Amino acid sequence: MTDLAIIGAGPAGLAAAIEAASLGLSVTVIDEQPAPGGQIFRNVERASSDPALAGEYGSDGAALVRRFRAAIQAGGIDYRASTTLWHLDTVGGVLSLRGESGTGSLVAQRVLLATGAQERPVPIPGWTLPNVLTAGAAQILLKQAGAVPRGRTVLAGQGPLLWLLADQLAKAGATPALLLETTPRGALRQALPAGLAGAGFWRGRAMLAKGATLMAASRRAGMRVISHVTGLRAEGEGRLQRITWDGGGSTEADTLLLHEGVIPSTHVSRALGLPHQWDETQLCWRPEVDAWGATPNPLLAVAGDGAGIGGWQAATATGALAALDAACRLGRLPEHARDSRAVPHRHLLRRMLALRPFLDRLYAPAPGVLAPADDDTIVCRCEEVTAGQVRAAAALGATGPNQAKAYLRTGMGPCQGRMCGTTVAAVIAQARGIPIAEAGALRPRAPFKPITVGELADLPAG
Amino acid sequence: MFAQRPDPRPATVEVFVGDAALRVPEGSTAAAAVMLAGLPAIRETPVNGSPRLPYCMMGICFDCLAEIDGVANRQACMVTVRPGMRIAPQHGARAARMSA
Amino acid sequence: MPNPSPAARTAYDAIVIGGGLVGAAIGYGLQRQGLATLLLDEGDIAHRASRGNFGLIWVQSKGLGNPHYQRWTRGSAEEWPALADDLHTRTGIDPRRHQPGGVTFCLGEEEFAARGEYMARMQAEAGNFGFEYRMIRAAEARDMLPGIGPEVTGVSWTPYDGHASPLHLLRALHTGFTGLGGTYLPNAGVTESTAAPGDFSVSAAGQRFTAPRVVLAAGLGNAALAPRFGLEAPVVPERGQILVTERTQNLLPMPTVSLRQTAEGSLMIGDSKEDAGLDTVTQSPEIMKTMARRAVRCFPWIAELNIVRAWSALRVMAPDGLPIYDQSERFPGAFTANCHSGVTLAGTHANRLAPMIAAGALVPEMSLFSARRFDVRTAA
Ligand SMILES: Cc1cc2nc3c(=O)[nH]c(=O)nc-3n(C[C@H](O)[C@H](O)[C@H](O)COP(=O)(O)OP(=O)(O)OC[C@H]3O[C@@H](n4cnc5c(N)ncnc54)[C@H](O)[C@@H]3O)c2cc1C
Ligand SMILES: Cc1cc2nc3c(=O)[nH]c(=O)nc-3n(C[C@H](O)[C@H](O)[C@H](O)COP(=O)(O)OP(=O)(O)OC[C@H]3O[C@@H](n4cnc5c(N)ncnc54)[C@H](O)[C@@H]3O)c2cc1C
Ligand code: FES
Repeated sequence: MTDLAIIGAGPAGLAAAIEAASLGLSVTVIDEQPAPGGQIFRNVERASSDPALAGEYGSDGAALVRRFRAAIQAGGIDYRASTTLWHLDTVGGVLSLRGESGTGSLVAQRVLLATGAQERPVPIPGWTLPNVLTAGAAQILLKQAGAVPRGRTVLAGQGPLLWLLADQLAKAGATPALLLETTPRGALRQALPAGLAGAGFWRGRAMLAKGATLMAASRRAGMRVISHVTGLRAEGEGRLQRITWDGGGSTEADTLLLHEGVIPSTHVSRALGLPHQWDETQLCWRPEVDAWGATPNPLLAVAGDGAGIGGWQAATATGALAALDAACRLGRLPEHARDSRAVPHRHLLRRMLALRPFLDRLYAPAPGVLAPADDDTIVCRCEEVTAGQVRAAAALGATGPNQAKAYLRTGMGPCQGRMCGTTVAAVIAQARGIPIAEAGALRPRAPFKPITVGELADLPAG
Repeated sequence: MFAQRPDPRPATVEVFVGDAALRVPEGSTAAAAVMLAGLPAIRETPVNGSPRLPYCMMGICFDCLAEIDGVANRQACMVTVRPGMRIAPQHGARAARMSA
Repeated sequence: MPNPSPAARTAYDAIVIGGGLVGAAIGYGLQRQGLATLLLDEGDIAHRASRGNFGLIWVQSKGLGNPHYQRWTRGSAEEWPALADDLHTRTGIDPRRHQPGGVTFCLGEEEFAARGEYMARMQAEAGNFGFEYRMIRAAEARDMLPGIGPEVTGVSWTPYDGHASPLHLLRALHTGFTGLGGTYLPNAGVTESTAAPGDFSVSAAGQRFTAPRVVLAAGLGNAALAPRFGLEAPVVPERGQILVTERTQNLLPMPTVSLRQTAEGSLMIGDSKEDAGLDTVTQSPEIMKTMARRAVRCFPWIAELNIVRAWSALRVMAPDGLPIYDQSERFPGAFTANCHSGVTLAGTHANRLAPMIAAGALVPEMSLFSARRFDVRTAA
């Protein structure tokens, strides 16, 4: 029995664990990665001195993980690396886990989902070809293995992470040849009011400056940038060879790295039946939470990017807030103390979210990213189902992704709809002339990650 | 295809990708080893036999399913390398071993 | 741009309420009989056994003590080849029917003996209709099904059993129905209705539709709808869970009652019976474990396969577990159909029941399936 079980050892989970342990709660932190850090600070304990990763990763990331290790030393935190949550009984608080030594279970008084974000799928023609990856994938290869793409590398899409990656690759001696930026003409003008509102630009000035520096640096290193690109296609026989785009654009390429921003990973929160809402600015589903990250379920809270994209510092703030709330609910912290301890975290959160409305509008994915126009484009990578087939299912009567799944198997493959779910909903919405929110979301089921029949059969009783 | 940068990240763990031996840095995953080995595909899909390589590297897309140390359909991007690990590409649907 | 709503016409020859396997099979049958049919259905996350079932065309244990149910089920297994061919030809969608016979596993001598007795009684009840079966010892069963575990003492086998892809079936029925000119309206839960003999109206999706015939095939929804049409459908939910593994190369030549390999190559593991109310989100690891254990005891080699999906869905159960087919005495033209084997019975639903409904009345033998059987019991 543990007071607080935290799923995810990224910035949100780490901050929550440190805060909760400091309040005397017994904490169990579960993460499927072998080391703490989450997506942004993946493998930071081994890679912090890599010059390509200098900056936030090498300094702030390493410091956060050191604080977590110190908190473990101080007692009160049970950190289980390489352990996956595959089922959660939200009534009894029973977590079903799978680690390197088999399956097991754990009972918790409160559960915090800090499962983070995933990159938005970018379903362009040819995106299933070998050597087409996400930008985040290339960054993970750099963080985990120090590896960089070889040959002619092209980045395509938009968003801060793409520029960060360009800079990191340049520092690693592998400057990308070309960035095909998909931000539409006029997006900046349309986004400006969101930045001016509430002094967003002023409060987010450090972030803006950082962004400008990154852009300048990778251009200096020799990366060409083509703006307002539409109609991206990846082409080649058995592997990526060429990239083309509207207006006759074409280039040879060995590696294509796609990115259109990140969206909350809602696989687990949806499987648990938590209410979600469609976020019209971030164009993604997010679980409904209150100012403490608490969901309507008395056991469950969600913090970090899994509750809505805010970046890693915002994630540490929401993680800490959820920990304070957990302590309060478990009777270890009076409400007034919770509220006063929350003040610095809320302050940080406000500062970190100041620039979001501007960024969200500037980098809003084009309609064709949400619902590919070309009928032959694969939307479900696992079952190899195309946008045209989804449109046909919509015509036959599929009103949402769950019926489409029954018709087409979209969402039935190994990824269980993590990749295709939102795209299928968007294609149906477009075909039926309804908002995406109305088309709805897939209802995934446990196991959240595959387990073998044998592992399931050997579960210890009770 | 991906390349190593031995200066900041020495390659110390020997694994086998297909039949080829390869050294990769500690903390790498089996999927990273496949990318470094320059394999044309880690699997062919059971649906149409199309070649795939890892796409997301973070456990979302399941395009990195491979046979690792004799066990089929493991998510290679979620498996940390160990010395002597054998990573083999998969063709179509896996087999089950009846004699096991 | 495809736009399935609103419906252009409002007067039909028949209205079927419920677009699951039962409603779709009947609707398809009616439309094929030349009746202009409207099929009304709910939305994307409706409770739908048809989307969550196991896909067996299963005969061997159906109807002990109720030979009419065994005959009806056998009839459906006989109709299946024609239905599957018809759908495939019309729609290009192959329901993946495969009826090589099937087996039920017995673990331990006790189970084997009990199963033998059960099958003998089935045969005795069948009388002149006949019931072919064999109790097969493990050694021989190993030649039929590879990799059977040491705890298996034997199997019961009948030639009638088989399986199909329930999802292909549902899509083929919907596509075939629409292709024949039928009108399928999703997001169209029936809210209001009026009934008079041979004259019905229902409101759904903001429209009012009329027809001289109405068929209630709304699964669990029938319980609430039936009384409005002078019928009864005392069905309750019963939760069943299913585990599905990743695709594997072809291994199982025939289905078993709790394990089958789909045409795509996945292994499906069923089955559990629990009382769960209308809850399809909650899954119980304890029940999943029990299912996995039994599966591994039958086929030890599946232990290493990954489970990629598991779900629970709600069976549509009458108090005695038998189907309910009925016609309204007060309002002739109103029919109801409920069963917990919508895949198995698709053959009779499309090919035998629909023609009766089109003709205006169920044949007398069908009265054994009437919900009035429950009144008799409570009165007795
Ligand atoms: C690939 C990628 C790269 C990114 N890189 C950057 C970057 O360089 N800079 C930047 O500012 N932002 C980056 N981001 C944005 C990032 O989401 C946030 O900055 C930050 O990581 C959010 O922190 P978090 O704690 O909410 O979640 P995460 O850091 O994502 O942590 C979630 C953790 O939960 C674990 N987890 C998830 N599901 C389970 C389960 N079922 N069982 C066990 N464990 C589970 C995961 O392994 C992960 O470690 C990146 C995002 C992605 C997807
Ligand atoms: C776990 C499990 C395993 C099974 N395995 C098998 C098997 O192997 N073989 C087999 O033959 N059978 C099997 N079944 C049973 C089979 O799935 C059901 O018999 C069949 O699906 C029932 O179909 P239905 O159309 O009556 O009900 P449903 O599929 O529930 O469909 C009813 C439809 O009616 C709609 N509806 C409800 N109310 C209204 C309203 N007021 N207005 C409009 N529409 C409405 C609903 O939205 C729904 O679409 C299994 C069932 C379960 C749960
Ligand atoms: S590469 Fe996407 S899951 Fe491994």
